[in-house]
Amino acid sequence: MKRHLISAGDLSRDDAVLILDTAAELASVAGRPIRKLPTLRGMTVVNLFYEDSTRTRTSFEAAAKRLSADVINFSAKGSSVAKGESLKDTALTLEAMGADAIVIRHPASGAPRRLANWITGRVVNAGDGTHEHPTQALLDAFTIRERLTSPESDQRGQGLDGIRVTIVGDVLHSRVARSNVLLLTTLGAEVTVVAPPTLMPHAIGTWPCKASYDLDAELRKADVVMMLRVQQERMTAAYFPTVREYRRRYGLDTDRMALLPEHAIVMHPGPMNRGVEIAAEVADSPRSTIVAQVANGVTVRMAVLYLMLGGAAEGTE
Amino acid sequence: MTEEWLIKGASITGGPATDIHVRDGIIASVAPGLEVPGARVIDAVGLIALPGLVDLHTHLREPGREDAETVTTGTRAAALGGYTAVHAMANTEPVADTAGVVEQVWRLGKQAGYVDVRPVGAVTVGLAGKQLAELGALADSAARVRVFSDDGFCVADPLLMRRALEYVKAFDGVIAQHAQEPRLTEGAQLNEGEMSSRLGLSGWPAAAEEAIIARDCLLAAHVGAVLHVCHVSTAGSVEIIRWAKSKGWRVTAEVTPHHLLLTDDLAEEYDTVFKVNPPLRTQADVDALRQGLADGTIDAVATDHAPHPVEAKETEWHAAANGMTGLETALRVVQLAMVDTGLLDWAGVADRMSVRPAGIGRVQGHGQPIEPGVPANLTLYDQAAPKETVDPRTHASKSRNSPFAGMELPGRVHATFLRGTATVLDGKVTR
Repeated sequence: MKRHLISAGDLSRDDAVLILDTAAELASVAGRPIRKLPTLRGMTVVNLFYEDSTRTRTSFEAAAKRLSADVINFSAKGSSVAKGESLKDTALTLEAMGADAIVIRHPASGAPRRLANWITGRVVNAGDGTHEHPTQALLDAFTIRERLTSPESDQRGQGLDGIRVTIVGDVLHSRVARSNVLLLTTLGAEVTVVAPPTLMPHAIGTWPCKASYDLDAELRKADVVMMLRVQQERMTAAYFPTVREYRRRYGLDTDRMALLPEHAIVMHPGPMNRGVEIAAEVADSPRSTIVAQVANGVTVRMAVLYLMLGGAAEGTE
Repeated sequence: MTEEWLIKGASITGGPATDIHVRDGIIASVAPGLEVPGARVIDAVGLIALPGLVDLHTHLREPGREDAETVTTGTRAAALGGYTAVHAMANTEPVADTAGVVEQVWRLGKQAGYVDVRPVGAVTVGLAGKQLAELGALADSAARVRVFSDDGFCVADPLLMRRALEYVKAFDGVIAQHAQEPRLTEGAQLNEGEMSSRLGLSGWPAAAEEAIIARDCLLAAHVGAVLHVCHVSTAGSVEIIRWAKSKGWRVTAEVTPHHLLLTDDLAEEYDTVFKVNPPLRTQADVDALRQGLADGTIDAVATDHAPHPVEAKETEWHAAANGMTGLETALRVVQLAMVDTGLLDWAGVADRMSVRPAGIGRVQGHGQPIEPGVPANLTLYDQAAPKETVDPRTHASKSRNSPFAGMELPGRVHATFLRGTATVLDGKVTR
């Protein structure tokens, strides 16, 4: 594995499968009376959050704590230059405090890559602007593997070969979509993105996936449908006329859910706009993996921290 | 004290070796085998002699951002790059929208003495795109402004652009447009394409440049005015300018060295040294720009030298300043991109980096053929110098944001003469 986890594209198939396998083993810890492992004792993980994201921060915090790492939550509002300290100075400060890894969430695409230039510790991207969110993709891959591949005992070492995943919504601005397209295809899945043309990246033809504007046609052949959150402010920039129209054309309601093959699952990275991209009945249906995704988030992030820092703890870079 | 020089064995724009005698700031004679007792002799065998280079697009940053560059450091960098005249862009603090500011910049240039500094006047007050600056006052000032630009911003309002194009006809001025449709580029960070979609950076579509260029060509034709297009960056822009010129319209254009060599995939690691406006484009654009410069569709190479202090670049990509330095590397990049590729000969380089830019900027005494009687604005260039890695720490510019850092470039500026006075000798400034 590379030194930092910044893009899902940084992961080879072997890396990704190793993370999923490790997560599966760590998941068993969650079932024990004492849920902590001593692996990262004495190490410090900093959650450096420039955006409010209680769910992601809490997930990383829980993951680090279950591995016995010390966790520092550092929330910095506002970006550099205009006010306050620059990202570089913040990074140097945190490193001086002994951060072994920095988990960063930032509104600017590429901020984790910049951060990695300035520190010697590890960097984990917890979502950067409209770029990537690789641990979300890992937890999604974990969830898909858990639900759709053969029984648990045989899952070790497996990818997602031949599984058809349809990702629906604001692909243009979605870091979840970017990371998932890269990771899921690395693992052998066939990914199709569906969006109104305005929310499809201009160069979608260069992505390793198919693209479509027709949700109904894609749903009939999907094993997995992943709904993306749509930001209401996209409407003011004329990406689509009204929320009502968006829901009609790209929302997943019960009628559309009925088009899915029987085994297919419905995913959402959260937080959801119930009644916009996903109807409440769909979100709460047995097909929905939304709650499982949250639980898997902790174990997958444990696996990432374990693999990135556990090796370092034993002095084997 | 006037200097007297005998330049021995130089190849004038790639021609046969000859001697050049410089006296009283003028080229006294040009012939092989000259003997001039008392003149300082420069062994120029193997060197190319070019008319002193003229830059249409330089950010000297003074007044206001002396932490990034001053007129002195910027013009010293220019001389080291082989330049004898530069156009200082108007986006200073305060903006060069009054006679006072342009005269200050012009005077600072004179005092520094490395190159002739030709201030560019703002088109609109404060570069705000709302109200015309007092263009006549700028033209009549001691700085004799002839080029007007809101560079950094586009004069987007079509009516205001039409009026500006018309108005400066009274004093033979030219509007140099930074072509960028503002609505199409809100928050834009990188050329819209494969890289921007992968990196999650808002796209800067080629169409946003091309739409403005097309509009401005039509306006210039309609009012019979002169339009100059700054830093053309896309293949489509070259096509539009080629079309406008084919109609006989008075449109000129420039391209930067970085757009002739670099592409947007360099942004892969979010290294902000590659952040520039207009953004780096694709290889297809680079190829079209080179072709356009070779066939004369693009008239000039202009550096868009844009120095920034370290802290303006040591940030997230979004927060980083746009721009790169270029004066000290321009000629070497042009050799690599245009000469060594066989697209342009040295006469062509002289044309695109001196003759035509001097004409566009109405610069007196520059861009003249190297022959007796003309002001001795000269550059001696060693095209065969061993390739050397660019190290911005050695640059005379106050700033270090060179996108060519770490690249091997051919060539070396050996000497530069401003009206017969050596500003650079043996690759070093004379003072």
